Amino acid sequence: MLITRKVEFSASHVCRNPALTEEENRALFGAAANPHGHGHNYVLEVTVEGTPDPVTGMVLDLKVLKDILNREVVEAYDHRFLNHEVPPFDRVIPTPENIAIDIWNRLRPHLSDGRGKLHGVRVYETADLYVDYFGEAQ
Amino acid sequence: MIRVTRRYRFSASHRLHAAGLGDAENRELYGKCNSPFGHGHNYEMEVSVRGPLDERSGGAVDLELLDGLVRREVLEAFEHRNLNEEVAAFRTTVPTTENLTREAVRRLKQNWSTVFPAGPRLEKVAIAETSRNAFEVSAHEIE
Repeated sequence: MLITRKVEFSASHVCRNPALTEEENRALFGAAANPHGHGHNYVLEVTVEGTPDPVTGMVLDLKVLKDILNREVVEAYDHRFLNHEVPPFDRVIPTPENIAIDIWNRLRPHLSDGRGKLHGVRVYETADLYVDYFGEAQ
Repeated sequence: MIRVTRRYRFSASHRLHAAGLGDAENRELYGKCNSPFGHGHNYEMEVSVRGPLDERSGGAVDLELLDGLVRREVLEAFEHRNLNEEVAAFRTTVPTTENLTREAVRRLKQNWSTVFPAGPRLEKVAIAETSRNAFEVSAHEIE
């Protein structure tokens, strides 16, 4: 069984590769390369996999899941400039792809055993663009 | 590997009418969707691609290339069109959203490898006809 919980955070970022020239960055990232950054209201959907406990009827306590998402992701990301304030984005370009991978890496240690195992991370950068990551194996 | 999904919109009209059935049968089968002059929808289409991260860009797909391909192959053909009258495929098949989604996949696959010779690959297309129904076709389901 899969269970999905949603949280939101707002953050700014800039997409630039320091190994490229100004022109190359412009060509590759367009307005997302503007040096002072810009922001998004990100929506994060985290899906866990498991079977319901026969006593409680729950896969996991959703309050616990909510606390993990808030502690590991929202507190770190919300109202931050990702490139300047949230490692690894001082050296990794904060594309939605890399954000999904980083969130997976942050959550995986807390959702790796017991009844709720991390299944997938979906990051909406806007309503019209989202990324799914299911771990390295997928 | 990572999956990136992009959402697009188009508005079009259609009429559901199966050539192999009689008028009464069509009315019975399709109900209001069989109204003779057709009707329209605001369709929402999600195109999902899958590929590895490109180290240079930190992304799995060049969105400008994807947007261009989708615009040329699908949106320009469907946007503000009467699907039955103006899209060749629907002269012979009923423009249900099942068939519309299959046609979108077929169109995207046609020139996919020209635009993305090194990947990513097209994984699936999903089209919502209204906010209450959606249809999803995997790329491997279509020749």
